[in-house]
Amino acid sequence: MLFLDIVSSILLLAGIFFGLSGAVGLFRFPDFFTRVHAASVTDSIAAILIIGGLLLQTSFDLNTAKLVFILLFLMVTSPTASHALAKSARHGGLLTLAETRPEDKQEHTQ
Amino acid sequence: MAEFIDLVLLAMLALTALRIIFLKDLFAVVMLFGIYSFLSALIFVNLDAVDVAFTEASVGAGISTVLMLGTLALTGRKEKPSTHSTLLPLFVVLVTGAALIYGTLDMPPFGDPDNPVHQHVAPRYIEESPKEVGLPNMVTSVLASYRGFDTLGETVVVFSALIGVFSLLGVRRKQKKDLDSGLESHRVLHVVAKVIIPLVILFALYVQFHGDFGPGGGFQAGVIAAAAFILYALVFGLPKAFAVVGPKFLQWMAAFGVLLYASVGLYSMYKGGHFLDYNQLAADPVAGQHYGIIIIELGVGFTVFAVMLNIFYAFGSQAERSNVQ
Repeated sequence: MLFLDIVSSILLLAGIFFGLSGAVGLFRFPDFFTRVHAASVTDSIAAILIIGGLLLQTSFDLNTAKLVFILLFLMVTSPTASHALAKSARHGGLLTLAETRPEDKQEHTQ
Repeated sequence: MAEFIDLVLLAMLALTALRIIFLKDLFAVVMLFGIYSFLSALIFVNLDAVDVAFTEASVGAGISTVLMLGTLALTGRKEKPSTHSTLLPLFVVLVTGAALIYGTLDMPPFGDPDNPVHQHVAPRYIEESPKEVGLPNMVTSVLASYRGFDTLGETVVVFSALIGVFSLLGVRRKQKKDLDSGLESHRVLHVVAKVIIPLVILFALYVQFHGDFGPGGGFQAGVIAAAAFILYALVFGLPKAFAVVGPKFLQWMAAFGVLLYASVGLYSMYKGGHFLDYNQLAADPVAGQHYGIIIIELGVGFTVFAVMLNIFYAFGSQAERSNVQ
């Protein structure tokens, strides 16, 4: 039981770390696409780690099954949402940072 | 610990509200409204009011956000700068706020067990409803049986919202074929939506029929089912959604839900009881309560589903039309 508690707190702490880093990235990153990338970290790995940590706190009953369903749902929907967001921005004509600064691009290619 | 969580959530709620007031970008405001609703739902969960939290999360954060985004697609996303003086409105708001705060001084102290609300109706429901109605979820007993007439009123309010939207907008069925909405290129969305939509509808049915035993009921189920169809309309386009359930059918469905609810009341009068007296529906009063609650929850679910989806159709078809022009 103690072992499970330790693993669960490690998972929860790791989830909190990724959630916070996603939030920091959302504010600090320079353009839309890098920000979507940061936000998707919160959506995917942070949620998976936190729900994984909570799973170990249950006594393997109905709550476990419900958490597993939430986890599966999030694993399907969150990456899809990030993908749709980035793709719609691309479709709407938004350029990445490298594309909006041609002088940088030339330096790279030279 | 619970007080600490409450304080943090309330502070975030206040910050969100302040941000909403000062932002001019309405798209961000709608998103903040969704966050505001989710925060309220978390506070309700912390207060052990899971039914209310469920409704707030599905109606407040879910469907209202979608409907407000649909409105923004028609009106534009920037708030127009105000041309009036702000002094008179500020004065009115201050006076009203002061009067309201003055009014709260007469209210009984918050959370006191001697309050009238904890002395009069609450013990009655808690002690008698297992015997009289016999449902494990007391919230459903109160909402659907003791306060059945109020819930009928709420369902009629939802129905009249549809009448209001339709008398103003109406659904445009004529679509141009050469609509380039960029939907065809979203392959991933198509595949994932096809997997998700049946699950969402299944969950809506679970919420509908499990409302007697756990959090849920007609309002939440109707909104969740409408969300599944709205997702379909967003990903595959309105014409295809019209082919599945058309606006005309939904109009009938919305009216049918209200009529189903009210006819339960009339039937119990026909059987010799009062309006919405479910005891008359079966030989055993408790079984009659169960039948009555399941039928009226179904009526609520039909109406809420049809109204929400039809309002989305009305907004969506207008927006698509203005994009084409």
